[in-house]
Amino acid sequence: MDAANYLYLSALLFTIGAVGVVVRRNAIVVFMCIELMLNAANLAFVTFSRINGDLNGQVVAFFTMVVAACEVVVGLAIIVTIYRSRRSASVDDASLLKR
Amino acid sequence: MVDLAISVGTTQNPEAILFWVLAPLTVAAALGMLLVKKAVHSAILMASVMINLAIFYIAQNALFLGIVQIVVYTGAVMMLFLFILMLVGVDSSDSLTETITGLRPIAIVASVGFGGLLISLIGRATLGRSAVGLSEANMNGNVKGLASLLFSTYVWPFEVVSALLITAALGAMVLAHHQRIQTRPTQREMSTARFRGESLANAAGLPGPGVYARHNAVDVPALLPDGTPAANSINATLKARGDMLTSGSFELGKVDTSAEEEK
Amino acid sequence: MTTSNSLVYLIALPLLGATILLLAGRRADKWGHILGTLMSASSFGVGLYQLSQMLGRSNEARPVTQKLFEWISVGTFNVDAGLLLDQLSICFVLLITGVGTLIHIYSISYMSHDHDRRRFFAYLNLFIAAMLLLVLGNSYLNLYVGWEGVGLASYLLIGFWNQKPAYATASKKAFVMNRIGDMGLSFAIMIAFATIGTVSFEGIKEHAHHTSTGALTAIGIMLLVAATGKSAQFPLQAWLGDAMAGPTPVSALIHAATMVIAGVYLITRSNFIFDAAPTAQLLVVIVGAITLLFGALIGTAKDDIKKALAASTMSQIGYMILGAGLGPVGYAFAIMHLLTHGFFKAGMFLGAGSVMHGMNDEVNMRKYGALRKFMPITFVTFGLGYLAILGVPPFAGFYSKDMIIETAFNSGGTKGIILGVVTLLGAGITAFYMTRVMILTFTGKSRWDAEAHPHESPILMWLPMAILAVGSVSSGFLLSRGDALVNWLAPLFEQHGEHEELLAPIVVSGLALAMVAIGVVVAFLKYSRQEVAAVAPENVSVFTKIARQDLMQDSFNEAVFMRPGQLLTSALVKTDEHVIDGAVRGVAQLALGSGSVLRGVQSGFVRSYAALILIGAALLIAAIWVVI
Repeated sequence: MDAANYLYLSALLFTIGAVGVVVRRNAIVVFMCIELMLNAANLAFVTFSRINGDLNGQVVAFFTMVVAACEVVVGLAIIVTIYRSRRSASVDDASLLKR
Repeated sequence: MVDLAISVGTTQNPEAILFWVLAPLTVAAALGMLLVKKAVHSAILMASVMINLAIFYIAQNALFLGIVQIVVYTGAVMMLFLFILMLVGVDSSDSLTETITGLRPIAIVASVGFGGLLISLIGRATLGRSAVGLSEANMNGNVKGLASLLFSTYVWPFEVVSALLITAALGAMVLAHHQRIQTRPTQREMSTARFRGESLANAAGLPGPGVYARHNAVDVPALLPDGTPAANSINATLKARGDMLTSGSFELGKVDTSAEEEK
Repeated sequence: MTTSNSLVYLIALPLLGATILLLAGRRADKWGHILGTLMSASSFGVGLYQLSQMLGRSNEARPVTQKLFEWISVGTFNVDAGLLLDQLSICFVLLITGVGTLIHIYSISYMSHDHDRRRFFAYLNLFIAAMLLLVLGNSYLNLYVGWEGVGLASYLLIGFWNQKPAYATASKKAFVMNRIGDMGLSFAIMIAFATIGTVSFEGIKEHAHHTSTGALTAIGIMLLVAATGKSAQFPLQAWLGDAMAGPTPVSALIHAATMVIAGVYLITRSNFIFDAAPTAQLLVVIVGAITLLFGALIGTAKDDIKKALAASTMSQIGYMILGAGLGPVGYAFAIMHLLTHGFFKAGMFLGAGSVMHGMNDEVNMRKYGALRKFMPITFVTFGLGYLAILGVPPFAGFYSKDMIIETAFNSGGTKGIILGVVTLLGAGITAFYMTRVMILTFTGKSRWDAEAHPHESPILMWLPMAILAVGSVSSGFLLSRGDALVNWLAPLFEQHGEHEELLAPIVVSGLALAMVAIGVVVAFLKYSRQEVAAVAPENVSVFTKIARQDLMQDSFNEAVFMRPGQLLTSALVKTDEHVIDGAVRGVAQLALGSGSVLRGVQSGFVRSYAALILIGAALLIAAIWVVI
């Protein structure tokens, strides 16, 4: 089995996540897609770690997880705040910057 | 597969089987996450993707990360997601029709280009040497190996990340903190409102929802003795969110026996 | 060279007077004129004291200096605010303060009906201070301060009655034309600094020998421009006639006796530059000669008594400039003519003021006539001045003007003959128009307006006139007796030995007197034998018409300088509006336009921004794909 297959999988998942961020309107789903992209990156890190026989990649993946957790916490809090004032979780409704 | 640029010396057939079974499932789950209407379904598909990834980590000799992936992501993060979904409205579903003109074709073309180019780049990449594998690095166990790196080389980033976590927790608290705009009613005031208000109709408390035989859920209004639905039996939050069922079909004399769940 | 601490009082006293009078305001109305006169008189006293001190010293020790403070000190360039009183400046100091004091006294009476008399005296004191600074400054930079100061005082005094728009315009005209000359002076200072490295008289005098002739010529020409501006010489002469808008004492003091001779002072003071720059010196002579005839011709056609005298002033200063341009031999005669002219022209202006005073401020000579009987003192003093300006022996003008004519003849070659003829011609024309003034004003039949009641002026007015008349009679004789002034000034100028004499002095005097006699006779025939019309006749020759229009000087200035200037200005405005503003607005429009196009991208939708990021990432990957 070729370890590169994991990389292909990672690229595929990342692309799916990116499309999701653009296409979906529900802010929570958008966030999940971002998580998917981060996870895809993590998979690539772990795979590189294995290819290089070096644990540094796994450490970076670990840090990515922590940062992703922080991001989720703050992001979801923002979504709740926006929902409280606008009664909507659609990212299109939060387009006040235009006006 | 010697011709491939990156290859691992020892081909482990069990791993290959694992990969070829789980990888399509993962991709399918990810695509499903993209395509389903309901956010809750997306969340469940997301959880499955993450569990699959955890299995891949373990298969690649990253035991610690695999466990952490399950604990942190499927455990904590996905819990948080579902929790927020509950707050925001578990039943609310997206319409999948695109409102911004031309965005979807652009996104698909760009992502196909992006993904295709990325995959073909990986295919073209050459390492110049054979892959190593983690058997040596994990000699003292994966957790010990990671820990010795984390607390020596990466101790400073580790501390910084801890600061980041605390900041994020504080930030979430600040954001979630709700500024009260009027004073909290005292018990006396509530009592006064209850017994000296316009009527004594609610003096004994508001009616509970969902007393109807088939629908005892919180989003179904109770029926009054005269057969009309009691609007105030539904929680104000559900009403505000629009998650209340129309009670027309429950009114007496108009019972439609074929009434199915309307959601 | 001697130092003294008392020079500064010469300037400080009138300056103090001006300050007090200007700051005290209406509170000083009652005693302001007395203070002003006292300040001027005490300055004259200090001047006399300095003269007595100077007389007691040998030639070399006579110049007195006083350093006031270090003004500019930049690297090797040092300018001290310092004063220099030498044989040349003492002449000017005494003329300025002496004549100035007499005119202060005269003004007390002349301006007594003007409710702004205090302000008038403040300006007069300011003028005296500035003029003294001009002649006492020990460097061109200090001189420049005084030069601008007298320009300011002149502007304020010409426009003293600025409630009349014409007078205000006249003051502006004088100011602007003076600025052109002042620019010349500033250029001269800059060139001197750039080439010689110093601006003090002493320093430039020392270095003049080993400075290139080109630089000296440039400095000289620029100084000449300055002199033409201040002294109303060709081609910057047009302002002097209009400057007569000011009160008559101002015309007497500033525009006859003192300020307008600043140009002569400048050229005489800069003798070391002009001696080394023959081209510039020749230009000085040419300017003097042209102005001499120019002013005299204008004088023949003017019916306004003050403007006729102003034209005469212009002409007489032309004599002085010509004399100063003739080099070492001419400087002293220029100064002598300057001093005698200060007496007789100031006296005549005061006389004209006296006549106006008696004739309800009428200035048109055609409405005078037969005033001799009603204003005997004015007639006598004016008449003595008249004889002096004509150069009739033994009056002052005879000594000074004849000397200039003689020097002109003796300047050698064709130049000498031309200059001699020009000066002789000028003398003849001067005789003609001055006789015309005399006849029209004092003799013949009266042509007054009905309400005129001519009367003699009060003593405060005729006393200064009388003193000046004494000066008109005696100053020439006193100054030339035993070559007193020439010897007095000699240490300041480089002497060039003897010069050949083209004509004997007696011949020159004879010629000059003959010309004067012709002028007088012609004027008599024209104005005494015939009836003089009270209104200027219209059917006159084209020359008279041109002369009445000041030889078209204003039309010339307007056509050559003003109109093209206006065109240039409006062209610049157009350029500014369309090219520069257009460019600025174009940039703004460009930003606006591109902004309104790019605004479409900023939909405000997060997802479209994310799509852009995705496209960017795809392009980046494509670039990597292509490169690798």
